[in-house]
Amino acid sequence: VSDQKPLGCWSVKHGQIITCPVICNFETHEYIAVHDDKVLRIWKDKDINLDKVFKATLSADVYRIHSLPSGGPVVLFKGGGVRTLDVLLEDPQQEIENVISDEVIKWSEAFVEGQQPILIFTTEKDGDVFVYVQKLKMDSLHKYKLEQQELSKPLSFTAYIKNQIITLLCLYSSDSVYKILIPLQQNTEEEEQILSKSLLLNLSVSGSVLKGTSFVVLDKDHVAVLGSLTASGKESKECLTIWNTKFQTLQASKELPLGTSGQLWCYEEKFFLTHGKVLTVIMYKCETSSLAAAVGKLKDSQTPEVSSFVDWNTLGDEELVVSLQSQQSVALKSESKMTLRSKKNTVAKVQPDTLSVGQLLLNLKDASTTAFENELRQLMSKAQKPDLQAMIGCVITALINRCKTNPKYYPQKFLLQIIQTRDLSYSLCPDLMSVALEKKDVHLLQVCLQRFPDIPEEITYACLKVFLSISEAYLQRTDVNLESVICYIDVEFNNKEVKMEIVENGFDAELEEDIWDTKITKETHQTADGEFCPVGPQKAALLNAVVYSAYSETFLLPHLKNLPAQHAVLFLRYLYYLYVKCSEKINTTLPGTCSPTINQIMDWMCLLLDAHFTVMVMLPEAKELLSNLHKFVRAQVRFYSELNKIEGSLQELQRLNHQKDSQMYSIEVLELI
Amino acid sequence: MGEFEVHRVRFFGLVPAGVRCLACQPRGGRLALARTDGAVEVYNLAANYYQEKVIPGHETRSVEALCWAAGGERLFGAGLGGEITEYDLARLCAARSVDGGGGPVWSMAANDSGTQLAIGCEDGSVKLFQVVPGGIQFERNLDRRKGRILCLSWHPAGTHIAAGSIDIVRVFDVCSGRTVQRIMVNYHVQKVKRECIIWSIAFLSSGAVVTSDSFGRVQFWDWERGTLLESHTVSTSAVLSLAVSEKEDSIIVGTSTGATFQFQLLPVKIGSLEKRWVRTKPFQHHTHDVRAVAHSSTALISGGLDAQLVIRPLMEKVQKKSYDAVLRKFTFPHRRLVSCARKARLLLFQFSQHLELWRLGSTEGTGKDGEVLPLCRMPEHLLQLKSKGPEHIYCSCVSSCGSWVAYSTASRFHLYRVQYEGDGVSVKKVPKAPKMLLPAYQLQFSSDSGSLFVASARGSVHVLQLLERGGCKHLHTFRPPSGCPEAVYLLAVSADRHWLAAVGGDWVIHVYNLKCLKHHCTVPTYSCAVTALAIHPLTNNLVIAYSDQQLFEFSIPEKQYTAWSRTVQNCGLHKAWLERDSPITHIAFNPKNPSHILLHDIYMFCVLDKSLPLPDNSTLLMNQSTLKQLPETARQRQLHAFKICKKFQPLLFADLLDENCLVMVERPIMDFKTQLPLPVQQKKFGT
Repeated sequence: VSDQKPLGCWSVKHGQIITCPVICNFETHEYIAVHDDKVLRIWKDKDINLDKVFKATLSADVYRIHSLPSGGPVVLFKGGGVRTLDVLLEDPQQEIENVISDEVIKWSEAFVEGQQPILIFTTEKDGDVFVYVQKLKMDSLHKYKLEQQELSKPLSFTAYIKNQIITLLCLYSSDSVYKILIPLQQNTEEEEQILSKSLLLNLSVSGSVLKGTSFVVLDKDHVAVLGSLTASGKESKECLTIWNTKFQTLQASKELPLGTSGQLWCYEEKFFLTHGKVLTVIMYKCETSSLAAAVGKLKDSQTPEVSSFVDWNTLGDEELVVSLQSQQSVALKSESKMTLRSKKNTVAKVQPDTLSVGQLLLNLKDASTTAFENELRQLMSKAQKPDLQAMIGCVITALINRCKTNPKYYPQKFLLQIIQTRDLSYSLCPDLMSVALEKKDVHLLQVCLQRFPDIPEEITYACLKVFLSISEAYLQRTDVNLESVICYIDVEFNNKEVKMEIVENGFDAELEEDIWDTKITKETHQTADGEFCPVGPQKAALLNAVVYSAYSETFLLPHLKNLPAQHAVLFLRYLYYLYVKCSEKINTTLPGTCSPTINQIMDWMCLLLDAHFTVMVMLPEAKELLSNLHKFVRAQVRFYSELNKIEGSLQELQRLNHQKDSQMYSIEVLELI
Repeated sequence: MGEFEVHRVRFFGLVPAGVRCLACQPRGGRLALARTDGAVEVYNLAANYYQEKVIPGHETRSVEALCWAAGGERLFGAGLGGEITEYDLARLCAARSVDGGGGPVWSMAANDSGTQLAIGCEDGSVKLFQVVPGGIQFERNLDRRKGRILCLSWHPAGTHIAAGSIDIVRVFDVCSGRTVQRIMVNYHVQKVKRECIIWSIAFLSSGAVVTSDSFGRVQFWDWERGTLLESHTVSTSAVLSLAVSEKEDSIIVGTSTGATFQFQLLPVKIGSLEKRWVRTKPFQHHTHDVRAVAHSSTALISGGLDAQLVIRPLMEKVQKKSYDAVLRKFTFPHRRLVSCARKARLLLFQFSQHLELWRLGSTEGTGKDGEVLPLCRMPEHLLQLKSKGPEHIYCSCVSSCGSWVAYSTASRFHLYRVQYEGDGVSVKKVPKAPKMLLPAYQLQFSSDSGSLFVASARGSVHVLQLLERGGCKHLHTFRPPSGCPEAVYLLAVSADRHWLAAVGGDWVIHVYNLKCLKHHCTVPTYSCAVTALAIHPLTNNLVIAYSDQQLFEFSIPEKQYTAWSRTVQNCGLHKAWLERDSPITHIAFNPKNPSHILLHDIYMFCVLDKSLPLPDNSTLLMNQSTLKQLPETARQRQLHAFKICKKFQPLLFADLLDENCLVMVERPIMDFKTQLPLPVQQKKFGT
C-alpha cells in the first residue's frame, strides 16, 4: 500500500540542531527532544510550533534520552551522569556530576529489570572500552573494562537483559560479534573489573565477508546485521542479514541496492531502516532454531502430537494401593529391600531390581509354602514401579516352578488374584496355562483367556478341548465366572434341568467324560431347536471365553482338526444356539460382559465346519443339527435380502428428496450467527 | 446475528459458451481465451488469475485461433469468417479486421519474435502476414495444396512452418515458400481406411514435429527425414489440442473424452543424456472435448466445451504454497450478469443476446434455519428483451424501482422505460439516447433512479439524467485528471448521490464528486485488480475487494483508509480467506446494520461484521456450523467478523433486498451441463 504519510512534523528554528533522537514518553504521550545539547523540549501531538512548547535549559550536555516502558524517560548526560526526567524537571539547572572524566560515550541502552530501571553505556578512551552499568533506584554505578582486542575495535553494541544478567553483544571491526555477560547482582566493590568476551558469530559466509555497521538481537539464537557484503573481487552490496548464532549460519539476507544510513531498528518483529530515501519496514519471523532450519531443510512442520503414554509412576502407585488393600499385608519392610540391594550382583547393573527379585526367589526356593507365599506377596506390594510387570512375571514363574517340582502344591487363589489384578500376558508367564491345563483349573483358564492378549492357538485349542471334555457335574462344583452367560441363559433353570437329567438318567455326578458325552447327545433332542442351551452355564461361560479370545485362523485350523467329532458337534451345537440367541435380538450382540459377538460366533462356526466338514457329513447325530443350522441360515439370508430391498427403496426415497432440493425457486430461512 | 429470508433463485438459465482456444502471452503474465460464441477474455495470471478483460462475442465472428504478437503486446484472432481481427485490449473491442483471402481460417500462428503471422485456410493455403504498426499486411502465399490447414506451427528459429491437414503433415520453408517435407500420418494404420485428422501440431527447436490426431495418437516426427520418432496412443478418441512449454521439456494434450495428459522429456536413466518423451500425468477435469490447452511456466491450462477453464499447477515448479499452487476451475465469468431492483424486487438476467426480467415470488410464512417457506406468489417472468443485430451484450442494468432497463452492445446503447400496470408490463424504448463513446462497460442507476452512470472507454464515465416522462439527457462526462487509456469496468455510486467511484483497466480507482461534478481523489494504488467495489450508504466509505482477496475500506470524505481497514492490514486476513480462488464479485450493505458488509464469490456468501474481532489463523474461518451447535453463552467467545455461508453454490449473484431479505442466484453446474451436447460416450465399469 503506497499509503505512507507523516502523521506529524515539527521543526526547530533555523540554526538550532537536534542533538539526540527524539523519543516518545508512552505514559504521557509526549515527545521529548534535545536541541543544542542542552535545551529540552517537551510537546504533545496537538502542538504545532516547536518554539512555543515547554522548554528547559539544562546545565550539562545531554548524550541521549531513553524511554522506558514504565517509569518515565531517563536522561544520560555526556559526562556519564544519569537522571530520570522527573527529577531533572524539578530543577533543570541542577548540577550534573561528571563520572567518566575524558572518556567518550559510544553507546547506551536502558532496560527495566524487576521494576528497576537500568542504564548501560559504553565509553572509549585511547582504544580502551569501558562499560558502565547504572541502577537508577539504587543509585549504584559499576564500571567495567572490556578485554582488549587486537587490531580491531568495537563498531556497534547491543544488549538485552535476562535472568538478572545483561548480555552485551559487540560488533567488532574484525567482522565478528562477541558476547559479554555482565551479572546484575554485583556486590563486590572492586574498581574496574575486566570483562571477558567470547566469540558469538563470525560474519563470513562462503568467501564473502559482511562488513557490519549495526545489528540487533532477534531472539536467543538469531541476530540481524545490517552491513555490506563483500565478496572477493566483487563490488560490495548493502544487505540486511539474519544469522543463526547457534549454528553459525546465514539464515536470510535481503539486498538493499539503494544504500542505507547504516542504522537498523527493530520493534515488534519488524525491521525499520532507511533504504535510499524511504523508511523501509521489513517484517520477519524467527522460527525456533533447529539444525534443519539452519541448513534450510525445514519442511512445514506441525508440532508433533504428543502421543499418549502411560505414566508408570502414577500407575504403580495406584496398583500399590490396590495390592495393599487386597492383601491386607503387613507393613512394608524396607530393610528387606535394603538387604536385597546389598546383595546385588555386580553384573546386575542393567536391571538391578529384577535380578534382585530373581535373587530373592532363588533364596526362597527351599522355603516353606506359606513363608514362600508371604514373601512373594510382600515383594509384589512394594515392587519398584518401572519393572513391575517383569517382576510379577518372575513371581509367577517361581510359583509355577514350585508347582512343577511339587505336584501337590497349587496356589490357585494366589494365582487368580495376581492374574485378575495385574495386566499380564501369556508371554510373561508361559508355563502358567499349561500347568492350569494339567490341573484342569478351568476358572484360571477362563480368566487367562479373557485377559491375555497373546495366547498361542495351540493353548486355545487345548483349553477348548478341556472345556468340552470336562463333565458338567464337575463344573457345577467349580467356581466359574458366569458373567458372560448370565444374561441369556437362565442359570437356575438350566441348572435344574441338567440336574434333573442327570437324576433321570441315573448318572453319578462324577461320571467319566465319554459317557457324559453320550448323555449330551441324548439331551440334544430337546435342545435342537435352539430353545435350550446344549451345555450348562458353566461350560457355556468357558466356551464363551474361548470364542472371545483372540486367534489367527491359519494357526488354529490345524489344531482344530484334531478335535474329537463328538466335541465338535457339541461345540457347533452351542455355537448354533448362540447364533440363534444373537439373531433373536435386533442388535445382534449378546448382553453381558465378555460375551461373544455375532462375528466371533460366525467365525468360529465357519472354522469348525471347515475343520470337521467330512466328519460332520458322516455323523448321523450331526445331521439334524446341520439341517437346522442350514434352515436357520437360509431364513436369515432371506431376511437380509428383504432388508436389502428396503434399503434400496429407502435410498430411492433419499434421491427423491435430493431432487426436490433442486427446484427452480424457493424461499428459505438462513441463520447466520 | 440474525435470520434472513433467502430467495433462492435457480431460474437464471445461463449457459456459458465452451472454450475454443487459449493463448499464453509469451513471457508475459496473461492468458487469452476465446469461446465458441466469439467472446475473447484475458486472464491476468499475476493477479490471481483474474478475468481482467472481456470482449463480448459476435454472431459472425467465430474465433478459431488466437495469438499474441509484437512482443506480446497485441492480440490477434482468426476464425471461420475468414478474417484476421486485432483486438483493442484497452477499449475491449475488435479494433480492425483484414480478410485472409483464403476462405475460413482454421489456424493461425505467430513466429517467435511476433513479427509475422501465418494462417491456415480452408482452401489449403498458408498465408503470411507482416505485423506492422496499426495493423497487418499480407506478405506472401506458401506452396498451396488441396485440403484445409487445420493447424500450424513455426519452428522457433522462424525458418520453417509445419502445417497439419487431413492425413498429411507438410513442412514449408518460409524463405522459398516451398514444401520441403510431406509426412503421411495414416501410413502406419493399415486396416482402417478412415481419414486421419491432424488436430494440432507443434514444431520443436530440436527439429521434431509433434502431432496429435483423430486416432488418439501423439506422434513425434523427424521433419528432415520424415520418419516417425515416437508414437504414443493416449486415447481411443481424438487428441484435439496440444501445447509445449517454453523450455520444450513438457507437453500437454487434450482429448475429446475430457482427459488431459502431460508428456515430459525425461532421461532414460538417472544421469543419462538420452532423453525420451514419457506420458506422466493424466487428468480428468473436463466432461467434454478439451479443445484448447496451454502451457504456462508453472501450470497446465486446459479449456473445454464444458465451458471450464482449468489451471492445474505443476507442483514441482511452484516454490511455495501460494495462489499459484491451487487447482482452479473457472466456469462462470468474474463479473456479474445479474442486476437487482431492490425496491421492485426484480432481477435482470443478462444473456449473450437477450435480457430477462423476473419478478421474485413472496411468502407470508416464517420459519427456522434451513426451512423452506411456502410460497404465496410464484416468481414471474415479466419480460424478454432481445438484442437486435449480431453483437453480444456488454452490460446491462435495472434501476432500483424497476422502471428503467439499460443495456449496451459494442455499438449501440439502449434505454427502456418499463411500466407495470396490474399484471401487464409495457416497455417503451427511450428515443434519441445521447451520443456517447461506445461501448459501455458497466451501467449503474442511482438509487433514486434519477440518473444513469455509464462506464466508458478512456477512463471516462458519462452521467445521464433520466427524466420522469421517459426521456434522458447527457449531463456530464467525468474523466480522470491525468488521463487513462483503459476502459472503466466497475462503478459504484453512493446512496446520497454525492460520490461516484470508478475503476478502469489500470486498476486506479477514481472518486468523483457528483454535487460539484469534480474529481475528488484517487484511492492509493494497489498492485492488484479490483474485483468489486461499493460505497456504504451511511458512512460513504468505499469498500474495495481485490483479486488477491484483500479488502480495503477507504473513507471518501476523509480521503484515507479507515481505521478498520488499517487494523485489517495490520492483523492480516485469515489464511483460509486469502487462499480462496474465486474473486469477490459483489459487495452490498445492510443500512440497518452499518457495521455489516455483504460479500460473495462463486462459492460463498459472507457477512462481514466490522464490530466483531478479526479471526486469527488459529481459529476456524467457516465456523457457522460449529457456532450453531454451541449454546448461546459459549457462542460469544467464538464469534468473529466473517460469517460465511457456503450453502448456495455456484453463486452468481447475491444481494440484500431489505433488512432481512436476501436474494441468491445460483446456477447448478448440472443444470447447464444437461444443455451441452452429449460428450463422447465412454464405457464405464458396471453400466
